[in-house]
Amino acid sequence: MPPFAIETENLGRIYKIRGTKKEKAIRKELVALADVNLKIEQGELFGLLGPNGAGKTTLIKILVTLLSPTSGLARVAGIDVSTAPQLVRPRINMVSGGESSGYGLLTVRENLWMFSQFYGVPSKAAYHRIDELLKRVGIFDRRHTRSSDLSTGLRQKMNIVRGFMTDPAVLFLDEPTLGLDVGASREVRRLIREWLDEDKSRTLLLTTHYMVEADELCDRVAIINQGRVLACDSPSSLKQRLQKEAIFEIETSALNGFSATSLENFPGIHRVSCQEGDGSATLNIILKEEAALAVVINTLTAADIRIMKLSKHEPTLEDVFVNLVGRSMADVETAGENG
Amino acid sequence: MDEQVPVKKVTGWRLFLKTILARAYPRVIGQQRDTSWMLFDVLMPFGSMVAYVLVYQAIGAPQEYVGFVVMGGAMTAFWMNILWSMSSQLYWEKETGNLGLYIAAPGSMMAILLGMALGGLVATTLRALVITVAGSLMFHVQYQIASFGQLFIVFVLEMVALYGMGMMLASLFLLLGREAWHMVNLAQEPVFLASGFYFPIKSFPFWVAAAASIIPLTLGMDAMRQLVFPSGFKIGFLTVGVEIAVLLVLSVTFLVAAKVLLAHMEKLAIREGRLTESRR
Repeated sequence: MPPFAIETENLGRIYKIRGTKKEKAIRKELVALADVNLKIEQGELFGLLGPNGAGKTTLIKILVTLLSPTSGLARVAGIDVSTAPQLVRPRINMVSGGESSGYGLLTVRENLWMFSQFYGVPSKAAYHRIDELLKRVGIFDRRHTRSSDLSTGLRQKMNIVRGFMTDPAVLFLDEPTLGLDVGASREVRRLIREWLDEDKSRTLLLTTHYMVEADELCDRVAIINQGRVLACDSPSSLKQRLQKEAIFEIETSALNGFSATSLENFPGIHRVSCQEGDGSATLNIILKEEAALAVVINTLTAADIRIMKLSKHEPTLEDVFVNLVGRSMADVETAGENG
Repeated sequence: MDEQVPVKKVTGWRLFLKTILARAYPRVIGQQRDTSWMLFDVLMPFGSMVAYVLVYQAIGAPQEYVGFVVMGGAMTAFWMNILWSMSSQLYWEKETGNLGLYIAAPGSMMAILLGMALGGLVATTLRALVITVAGSLMFHVQYQIASFGQLFIVFVLEMVALYGMGMMLASLFLLLGREAWHMVNLAQEPVFLASGFYFPIKSFPFWVAAAASIIPLTLGMDAMRQLVFPSGFKIGFLTVGVEIAVLLVLSVTFLVAAKVLLAHMEKLAIREGRLTESRR
């Protein structure tokens, strides 16, 4: 049986935060990862889904040998990333969303060639592969453009090509579609899927906070928050966990100080998350039994809140997150709970 | 996607060599594409050089002193390159995200540093040549080379030691954030004085000159002045043979120190999470 492409055992990482001179005596610690246990098979497209600061990037940094764990174990292609990083590196590559790597004075093709050399790809093969991938992502005509002249989206496409061109056994994509428009994101997602389908031994770990991306692409998803993996399964299985429950979205007028989460105190109401806008609010409500909807409507009406739209929908990964954390991903990010 | 044939990637010394050449490439090609170096790296050192020449001429110093100054002016390009494009370079690479990619790649960081050094050396040699030719023509500097062989050896050793020092400093600066910028600023001017860029270091007390010799440019310039100017040997700090021997020791020391420090600093940076995390 081949080793897991990625395996972690009780993986943890604590950052020591340096304070100001006055605070020097007080060494703060931030738990970025705690007891992360993952087993990712070869050929899997695995997603890490969580809000900003949840620990996704920290986990990737450990797996690509840029950061050592403070506890536990991590293996990539069966190799311990802490004790034998030099054996892990030829087998991997990584791309981060919004990165500005490379040199602005070099053209797209030159930048990519340069990085291919650090992986030992012969120049002729490198140019062939670069050109083919540039065509795939639709920027072949920009191959002789200096990378400093590229827009954010085009630069990100160049970065994506950099990840694929060395043909790694395990590819790490950290928020790969960050900053891309809808069309470009779709192209990148298609490229990711095709790359995996082409060779079943390839593995891809993707971090994202776009639910749709995780839902559409990933074979399995781990939902992560505050450094802990809260659930790990296929998107459909995760959503099925909520099938027994009814999920409603209610658009209302301004809440005027009414606490939407107080609805959770009523029987039959499992979770309530709320996003307030300018003069309006959107409530996402998970009910254990549909009959509890009447209580919600009555309570809102009594609080002088007007219901403008009410709809029932199938569970999404966002609902799964709300169910696990108690708040929407946007709420968690706004509250800055993840360090 | 077209069916891709698996590519046999090279490893070992061939990967090392590829990494060096690839990292040197942006420096060499960058010089052709961004010509602002003519202003910052040629005209500005040239201005300082002219000022010293005029002072020497005003006080009636021997004509060879003008030659010393022209050589010193040319060598400033190397010192600036070491400070700004070697020592503090990894800070910039960290900010742009390149550093993480370099370390996560199978090519060694030592090869990356050697590539930076090689590219910087090639690009800076051209700048130094421009200053030398322009200064020599403008001030009618006469050269009388005593030994081409020794001159070549001195220059090569001086550059190996100097860029070895740059690599060592780059390793030390791996852990630094923005403070690297200030430290580089701090090191710039004192070395112009201590290394005798515009005057013979024999003017210093022996121990001051000896301490200044830790910077390879000090003995390198002193030896080159002895070898290219007829009266150079009279103002030489040590004999050329001794200076070559010291430069050889410095070359080996700095390169070994760079390798050891780089390995240590890389481990430390990975442990402390400072390769990519400038906010923590």
